[in-house]
Amino acid sequence: MAEYKLQTPLSDEDVSQLKAGDIVYLSGTLYTARDAAHKRLVDLILNGEPLPFDLQGAVIYYVGPTPPKPGEVIGSAGPTTSYRMDSYAPILIEHGLKGMIGKGKRNQDVKEACKKYKAVYFGAVGGAGALLAKRIKDAKVIAYPELGPEAVREIVVEDFPVVVVNDIYGNDLYEEGRKLWAKQ
Amino acid sequence: MRTVHYDDIVKAIRDTIIYSTTHLSEDMHKALQEALEKEESIVSKAVLEQLLENAEIAASEEKPLCQDTGLAIFFVKVGSDVQVEGGTLKEAIYEGTRRGYEEGYLRASTCDCFTRANLKDKVGYNLPPIIYFDLVEGDKIDIEFAAKGGGSENGSRATVLAPAQGKEGILNFVKQVVSDAGPNVCPPIVVGVGVGGSFDYAAVMSKHALFRDVGTSNPDPELDAFEKEIQEELNKLGIGAMGMGGTQTVLGVHIETYQPGRMCHIASLPVAVNIQCHSSRHAHITI
Repeated sequence: MAEYKLQTPLSDEDVSQLKAGDIVYLSGTLYTARDAAHKRLVDLILNGEPLPFDLQGAVIYYVGPTPPKPGEVIGSAGPTTSYRMDSYAPILIEHGLKGMIGKGKRNQDVKEACKKYKAVYFGAVGGAGALLAKRIKDAKVIAYPELGPEAVREIVVEDFPVVVVNDIYGNDLYEEGRKLWAKQ
Repeated sequence: MRTVHYDDIVKAIRDTIIYSTTHLSEDMHKALQEALEKEESIVSKAVLEQLLENAEIAASEEKPLCQDTGLAIFFVKVGSDVQVEGGTLKEAIYEGTRRGYEEGYLRASTCDCFTRANLKDKVGYNLPPIIYFDLVEGDKIDIEFAAKGGGSENGSRATVLAPAQGKEGILNFVKQVVSDAGPNVCPPIVVGVGVGGSFDYAAVMSKHALFRDVGTSNPDPELDAFEKEIQEELNKLGIGAMGMGGTQTVLGVHIETYQPGRMCHIASLPVAVNIQCHSSRHAHITI
């Protein structure tokens, strides 16, 4: 288990050094998107239309924050369960996405896309929404405001704590961690 | 006949929702601290430390513990000697929920299950809640509230076993559900198990079982021992905090049966498992 501090956007070199179980502190810009936004992003790609942000080296955070109180940058902002984005993630990875942040298992298609196109799936601590929000320094809605909490936001983070769950070598932290501690 | 005013119920519910979504309950706090002491995996320990730190930040900043502030779930017992003036009890619960979620800057998470459009404009902010009413003796209104997140709800399951499968069948079903859910349901978790009643009521009981404080005993000695046996088996799965591998996956197993008599039909053994993530936001008020 190593620790890294990385700046987004991520390069092939950045993600090649990462192994499942490594702790990473991300700084820079992330984009937020959940199911509804993913469907729209994939439709744009399939129709050959431009996306609302540059996908090259980008990191998407699966989150639907609570509304900010007056004076706050963002409300509580922890990860949502990632499998709901599994059917959309491979095509985004093929088009340049380098990182995804969420919680929970990914399917084989996502893991294969991570290997083939060099992308990493990070886990953040689910339910730590107040703590994670403190690492978010700026947030603005850049697409689909009508989706409310599910709108696409550009957020700026500093030392945002994540763990590598699926690396580009086919390792899976959930499977390995469980094997290590299972008693039957 | 005692009279309670609509406005007092609205305010009590509003305040309870805001407080319980920003302050981790004492029983969960204690359970997470004990899990941190017992956990052997370094990765899971680090997760548990983050969760306790998150609870401190949430309380001091009055910020939601988790961004999924859930569906509003109520179990309400209404005494036969109490009446509500100024509106109905159901309307008061709706209005208290709307105000709690909107004025507390909590997330509006209700949507049309087909179009997926948010219901905040059509029905109301995070409305409708889910309410189970019961009629009891006395002049009080007893309200249990939970903000139930979607992630742990998605890992919950119900079935009807054959009576011959008995306790072993129940244990195997619970184990399968928790194993399949793995990291997705934000462990360490509390596992609510409803046994008996009917197919639908087993699920209701599995949800109500989650209101019991973690660390308390089941009043039925046989079920108390069974709860501990199931918990031990589940912790052997090695799932750990947030599924990263470890020994502390389950903080408690709570079994509820249909009373009186732990009843079910002679042909059936309904079993439901409702999973509760570590951000168990539950509260109990009496008006």
